[in-house]
Amino acid sequence: MSMKGWLARVAAGTAMALTALQAVAYTQTSNGWNMPTGVTEIAHEVHKLHMWVFGVVTIIGILVFGVMIYSIIQHRRSKHPKPADFHESIKVEIAWTIIPFLILVGLAIPAAGTLIKMEDTRNSEMTVKVTGYQWKWQYEYVGEGVSFFSTLSQESNVARQTGSGVDVTKVPNYLVDVDNPLVLPVGKKIRFLITANDVIHAWWVPEFAVKKDAIPGYINEVWTRIEQPGVYRGVCAELCGRDHGFMPIVVRAVPEAEFKAFLDGKKGGKTEVAAAAPGTASDAAPAAAPAPAATEVANAGAKPAAAPAAAKELGQDELMAKGEKVYAANCSACHQASGAGLPPNFPSLHGSKIANGPAEAHIEQILKGKNLMPPFPQLSDEDIAAVATYERQSWGNKGSVVQPSQVAALRK
Amino acid sequence: MATTHEQHGHDAHAHDDHAHHGPDKGIMRWIKTTNHKDLGTLYLFFSFTMFFIGGIMSLIIRAELFHPGMQFVQPEFFNSMTTMHALVMIFGGVMPGFVGLANWMVPMMIGCSDLALPRVNNWGFWILPFGFAMMLSTLFMEGGGPAGGWTMYPPLMLQTGNAFPFLIFSVHLLGISSITGAINVVVTILNMRTPGMTLLKMPLFVWTWLITAYLLIAVMPVLAGAVTMLLTDKYFGTSFFTAAGGGDPVLFQHVFWFFGHPEVYILILPAFGVVSTIIPTFARKPLFGYDSMVYATAAIGFLSFIVWAHHMFTVGMPLAGELFFMFATMLIAVPTGVKVFNWVATMWRGSMTFETPMLFALGFVFLFTIGGFSGLMLAMTPVDFQYHDTYFVVAHFHYVLVPGAVFSIIAAIYYWIPKWTGRMYNEAAGKLHFWLSAIFINLTFFPQHFVGLAGMQRRVPDYAVQFTDFNEVSTIGAFGFFLSQFIFIFNMLACCYGWFGRKQTAPARVWEGARGLEWTVPSPAPYHTFEDPPQLPASEVTGVHDAEATHH
Repeated sequence: MSMKGWLARVAAGTAMALTALQAVAYTQTSNGWNMPTGVTEIAHEVHKLHMWVFGVVTIIGILVFGVMIYSIIQHRRSKHPKPADFHESIKVEIAWTIIPFLILVGLAIPAAGTLIKMEDTRNSEMTVKVTGYQWKWQYEYVGEGVSFFSTLSQESNVARQTGSGVDVTKVPNYLVDVDNPLVLPVGKKIRFLITANDVIHAWWVPEFAVKKDAIPGYINEVWTRIEQPGVYRGVCAELCGRDHGFMPIVVRAVPEAEFKAFLDGKKGGKTEVAAAAPGTASDAAPAAAPAPAATEVANAGAKPAAAPAAAKELGQDELMAKGEKVYAANCSACHQASGAGLPPNFPSLHGSKIANGPAEAHIEQILKGKNLMPPFPQLSDEDIAAVATYERQSWGNKGSVVQPSQVAALRK
Repeated sequence: MATTHEQHGHDAHAHDDHAHHGPDKGIMRWIKTTNHKDLGTLYLFFSFTMFFIGGIMSLIIRAELFHPGMQFVQPEFFNSMTTMHALVMIFGGVMPGFVGLANWMVPMMIGCSDLALPRVNNWGFWILPFGFAMMLSTLFMEGGGPAGGWTMYPPLMLQTGNAFPFLIFSVHLLGISSITGAINVVVTILNMRTPGMTLLKMPLFVWTWLITAYLLIAVMPVLAGAVTMLLTDKYFGTSFFTAAGGGDPVLFQHVFWFFGHPEVYILILPAFGVVSTIIPTFARKPLFGYDSMVYATAAIGFLSFIVWAHHMFTVGMPLAGELFFMFATMLIAVPTGVKVFNWVATMWRGSMTFETPMLFALGFVFLFTIGGFSGLMLAMTPVDFQYHDTYFVVAHFHYVLVPGAVFSIIAAIYYWIPKWTGRMYNEAAGKLHFWLSAIFINLTFFPQHFVGLAGMQRRVPDYAVQFTDFNEVSTIGAFGFFLSQFIFIFNMLACCYGWFGRKQTAPARVWEGARGLEWTVPSPAPYHTFEDPPQLPASEVTGVHDAEATHH
């Protein structure tokens, strides 16, 4: 970056700093510099506890620092040339051991109360299974047969590449926007089962005061009951590799009836989802709008293994068009939109042996992963065929077209 | 002693007419030395070299975070910077810094000629440059340095490339170095005190180091075990931490933090010792509540073993576990509070002057206490679910480690450098250094509380645009703090090498209010001190008790 450009940015940043107090964090019930008050009973309680303990330490701070500052001013040598020589007082020392202990009890009791409520996942009315992947989330409405993936929105994904040249301040909801938001009903006790497929992630929505690690081999439980409809955003909170900062969470809370319609749409067909989305969410428009193709991609993940064996043959153009979208949602984080990758960890696909070799090896690698590359069995046969075709016929590669039936054959 | 020795020059100690063996000439002096003062100097030079390297890494981090969007680096390089910054600062900066101070001061404070195991001492130091050369070399390897965080959580850590075995081996080396240093300190303190120096007459710095050394001996092998299991998981087909093979990823976190939490106190207890030494000197009044200071230090040391899981409240522990670790963690506020109150009571009705060491010690008390407050907030489990893994945590531990541990190392060097070199530092430059450091460190870390509360998670190279303003302030603070430290470096090197015509004119008792055996030897301290155990006059005892005061 040129010096001039840099200075301009500093100047612009300084101007922004002047308006700091107007900045609102992506958590809409936060004022931009404090914890959000939240939209659940638990979140309100947690916010109150936060303000309570903050108030306590502020008062202690004022007292202790007040005494220190008074002493620094009054007991400096120029004012107080002869030092006292006391160096012990059992009474005082017992007092300042007991009093802090009592203050701690005053903090611990309400904290324990809230904690007990937070851990009580009984009597939930519905369950959503959340699975963390490098670097996306999968949501499954348990018992409903509905499941889909949620990845960083395409607009943010393009803008966040190093040296993309995109002004990220112009990207709506930069880095906290996804292709398919999790849709949840308001007023219901919702239990989340949280796990992960590869490394540890953490599912965090500040407005719900819910943060739980997603750990491979573990299923953690946590619950929430959302009070008001709206769009609530969150992020992965546990370092999970390269794109840890780029796997946000968006929850769209809607009234019960709308939620039913959403679920039915998901079960019935593919495109209704996107159609249902913009209905309530005025400020969710960017989240929901650009979804149709990607929705379809992720949507198909509901029961991939059970995909019909007699998959139909697809045309090359169809595969290429679909493959480009699957690629953008699943592969471009590492292999880059250009296919050039980020060697040595993320190899270039230009002229790659796999992409130009036999289709079987290519499909195997997508299904099973290799080294840093996670497996993608959750993608449908059609999606894998499409993305393999796309990789084998782009960037000067000369691989064969792959059909869904070939993928289905290798899944067994 | 007939002669004095230049401790820091490579060549300025020619006139050794003493019958005792003086130091070798040239570079071999430093390679072969078993002298605690030479090794203390080496440790401190090494520590500040590492502070510099780790500081450069933090500037790369802060530069990338100056604005949202990715401007300078790729995300995996960013992750390796956060990982290496932590490893270098903790194991290369703060720990060797305190070991350097212990090397120099423990023998001089308890009146013995050297550490009990001088050759082990040499070995312990010289492992470090090799360990860190190996660790830093991973940055130049194919695939880059380790990027899974300094906490090395599997399964993510197992995705590390060629850097992985080098990291594990260097962690083993650093562990061996720390353990040898700790054993040396324990053996020295327990066996080599001058007659009359009972345990409860020892300077508090010695006490805090004794407890620190026990913590080190207890937990460094635990870390070694944890990383060895990682190594076998990656290369020898074991499944300690991989769920697919029947292992448990959370087990690593428990083992790591069983090391990691006492490690936090390893980084701060010697700082308590330094501050408890400096404040009485400049308040011209004995330390208030010496016994309670000792007990509080021991209590903190004990509690540090039973609070580890507060680093991992979000892993999904049973409710009973979460409650236990919350209560135990909150309890630490009691002995820590006792310490702060004791320091304030030491100042109370003293006769204070504010030379640079005192300024840094007071800065420590103010800013460490702020870190303690956020620590108490973090202890509350239900609220921790919101704070966990956000910049609020980053702000918290940097408040206790930078204006905490690092300020105390700086304070200690200002305090003792005239004793070490015989040359007084420049007071005006010292004061300027303090005020710049204090302002910039708050600019750097205070705004991080706000972005963390508002929802910015840790260890990300990019962020939602709402966090821009505070991150800009933070970056400006970080660059300012880094640059300010050069005032200190030049001021100290000038004492070492006699730049700016500085003469070795410091008196034996550099500070009029200072007590302790180290002030009874000339400045600069001779190469060998206390070859015969010295008398311990009551006036040099820093641990003053009422019972004894009535006897005198």
